[in-house]
Amino acid sequence: MAQLFTSAAPHVHSGDTVQKNMLLVILALLPAFAVSIIAFGWSALITAAICIAACVLTEWCISKYMLGQQPSITDLSAVLTGLLLAMNLPSNLPWWMAVIGCIVAIGIGKMVFGGIGQNLFNPALVGRVFLLISFPAAMTTWPVAKGFATSYLDAETGATPLYYLKHITKTGDVSFVDQLPAIKDAFLGMMGGSLGEVCALALIIGGIFLICTRVISWHIPVSILATVALLSWIATPEGMGAHEFIAYQLCSGGLMLGAIFMATDYVTSPMTAWAKIIYGVAIGVIVMVIRLWGSYPEGMSFAILIMNAVVPLLDRIAPKRFGEVAKK
Amino acid sequence: MHPPSLADNNTKTLINMKNTFRIGGVHPHDNKAYSAHKAIVEAPLPKQAVILLSQHIGAPAQPVVAVGDKVQVGTLLAKAGGFVSAPVHSSVSGTVVKIDNVLDGQGVPAPAIFIDVEGDEWLPSIDRSDTVIHECALEPKDIIQRIQDAGIVGLGGACFPTHVKLMPPPGKKAEVLIVNGVECEPYLTNDHQLMLEHGGEIIIGIKLVMKALGVNRAIIGIEENKPDAIEHMRSLAAKVLGIEVRALKVKYPQGGEKQLIDACIGRQVPSGALPIETGAVVDNVATLYAIYEAVQKNKPLISRVMTITGKNVQKPGNYLVRFGTPTSQLVEMVGGVPAGTGEVIAGGPMMGRSMSNIESMPANKRMSALLFMPENECYRPQPSPCIRCAKCIEACPMGLEPYLLSRLAKGEEWEEMEKQRVMDCIDCGSCVFTCPAHRPLLDGIRAGKAKVGALIRERQAAAKK
Repeated sequence: MAQLFTSAAPHVHSGDTVQKNMLLVILALLPAFAVSIIAFGWSALITAAICIAACVLTEWCISKYMLGQQPSITDLSAVLTGLLLAMNLPSNLPWWMAVIGCIVAIGIGKMVFGGIGQNLFNPALVGRVFLLISFPAAMTTWPVAKGFATSYLDAETGATPLYYLKHITKTGDVSFVDQLPAIKDAFLGMMGGSLGEVCALALIIGGIFLICTRVISWHIPVSILATVALLSWIATPEGMGAHEFIAYQLCSGGLMLGAIFMATDYVTSPMTAWAKIIYGVAIGVIVMVIRLWGSYPEGMSFAILIMNAVVPLLDRIAPKRFGEVAKK
Repeated sequence: MHPPSLADNNTKTLINMKNTFRIGGVHPHDNKAYSAHKAIVEAPLPKQAVILLSQHIGAPAQPVVAVGDKVQVGTLLAKAGGFVSAPVHSSVSGTVVKIDNVLDGQGVPAPAIFIDVEGDEWLPSIDRSDTVIHECALEPKDIIQRIQDAGIVGLGGACFPTHVKLMPPPGKKAEVLIVNGVECEPYLTNDHQLMLEHGGEIIIGIKLVMKALGVNRAIIGIEENKPDAIEHMRSLAAKVLGIEVRALKVKYPQGGEKQLIDACIGRQVPSGALPIETGAVVDNVATLYAIYEAVQKNKPLISRVMTITGKNVQKPGNYLVRFGTPTSQLVEMVGGVPAGTGEVIAGGPMMGRSMSNIESMPANKRMSALLFMPENECYRPQPSPCIRCAKCIEACPMGLEPYLLSRLAKGEEWEEMEKQRVMDCIDCGSCVFTCPAHRPLLDGIRAGKAKVGALIRERQAAAKK
């Protein structure tokens, strides 16, 4: 008889893998990505392809030639980082800028810490913020959504709803309200912005998919969105309906993308239920502070990165222990 | 803090409306179809029975027979080695040929009594008839004495001597008996089949234990994947005042003592405390059947129902096996080791132990199952770095952070591990089962439990001086 294996219990496994989780997140991003292709045409596809290729290549080169490790690109985490970074870029960003963003995202955002699981900050956001600070003009000039008519090299550009909202809240000049896209458009897509910012509905569908497949829990997205909604309600400028202002705040900019896909990044978010809620609420507060009073129209990237830094502290919040359930 | 008494409370507050435990848990594929509903078959007698002296938690039993002694089925072979210990009886008739070590399932020598089998002579005091005896005139303390003398231990897996549980420490009072018919381990069907075939005897066992504990209420917890057992036990329990059957949602590890108490009465055993703190005493259905046989039929614990199963096993089923039967004979009985077997497990796949010795290892009180796993299912992928997905935290039924404990163990931070409640870990394996990075989280946690346990004992010893 053949030699028997002996191993410690348990002897069965759920079959879950890192790769499967990454794949599910990529799948969840596809509806939003599809909308961005409809909105920005080939340019969206080109930007995403460049980012994914650059991220995977960067990770492969660094693990192979600098760390001397077996590259673990098959876990799909670099693919996901590439796609997420692309979703955070304007579709007409010059290709070499996107590549620099990817090298920074993977190189400085992830590999310097030792690779997957070790990084403190969300790699895609490290890349995005690096680009935002280095190329502020290119990063804040969004093409107008014109479908496949959108040119990659020479697109017509326009301001985003957040720009108008910023103006309204700063100056109290509600005449700009007319410039805002209809709420329906903001929700369904077809407004200016980064690839992943155009369609709140597609992002929400992805989020529900991730929660149902138990890839992420509801705590972080729900607490971010609820906090933003609450603060928007409080801060509604005169001359605008509260529900209208809340809807614009929720559907515009990187909020939905950030709340569902960026802030929930496993490696850089807290692990227990209450810590996740605190983290989400804090992100919501920081976003609204930046949106209402900061000099940038959008603050999602900064809010998430700031809270990433607090995660080691939040991780000290223990889960609900057995035997500590509230007495009924 | 004392829990509210059953008598002066609305019973509603004592029911966990969710019908399952409230923290963590996982859903492994149950794989019970291979042996489910297979009638219990008696395994043939061995030529030589090897009776282990330690088949329970606590001190090993001390032999009271000598080489050359003639024994019958039921003869006391070894007396309990202390209060937390259990006596061991002969499961066969014949001659004691040696008292020596036998290699256990992991190839470690374990003291045992070897008996060459001659015929099948039972002690005349044992009632071998099929008559079910309902009435019992014994006083509670006499019932407990019989249970103790019969060598009964928890047959759910832990093998904790049952009489100890039935004698709560001073100041503690049992309020309810919880009967474990959950059988949450995948593949296992022995308790299920026992309920179907011997439900009536189990109910009598429950009544005996209720009398011994002085409680007027018992809850039988059975998972919903055994609807026939639920219905059968319900119809039997309907005739008895105070016994109810609770259908529980399927979730592993519901058969864990603490999880089952939570699922049934909505109370959680505090960290470091005994289950009696919640007013509950938990006994497995197989244990209750053994109690029935011991008290009403005068039969000591000499055999148990085992599930022998696996994907490619020729004759999977539920077998009544006399203790001391070597594993090799059980293997032969079900048609030999299936081709392509990679691992043989004593017990279920979540908490059972891999065996390296499937020859001489004798059946014993602890061995609830023999499971043959195909080689392609034994393969464990290489672990990759933790991605902090928190699935281990969501899975842990004790509300611990397995990733953190495992990391602390690597750094040998024992004190911090103690603060993070490593001693609460019940070894259920849910964290490893669920980990997408295939990290061997329990290795570090088990090391930590051993080390922290030793540190706690040291501290207690120092405090006594």
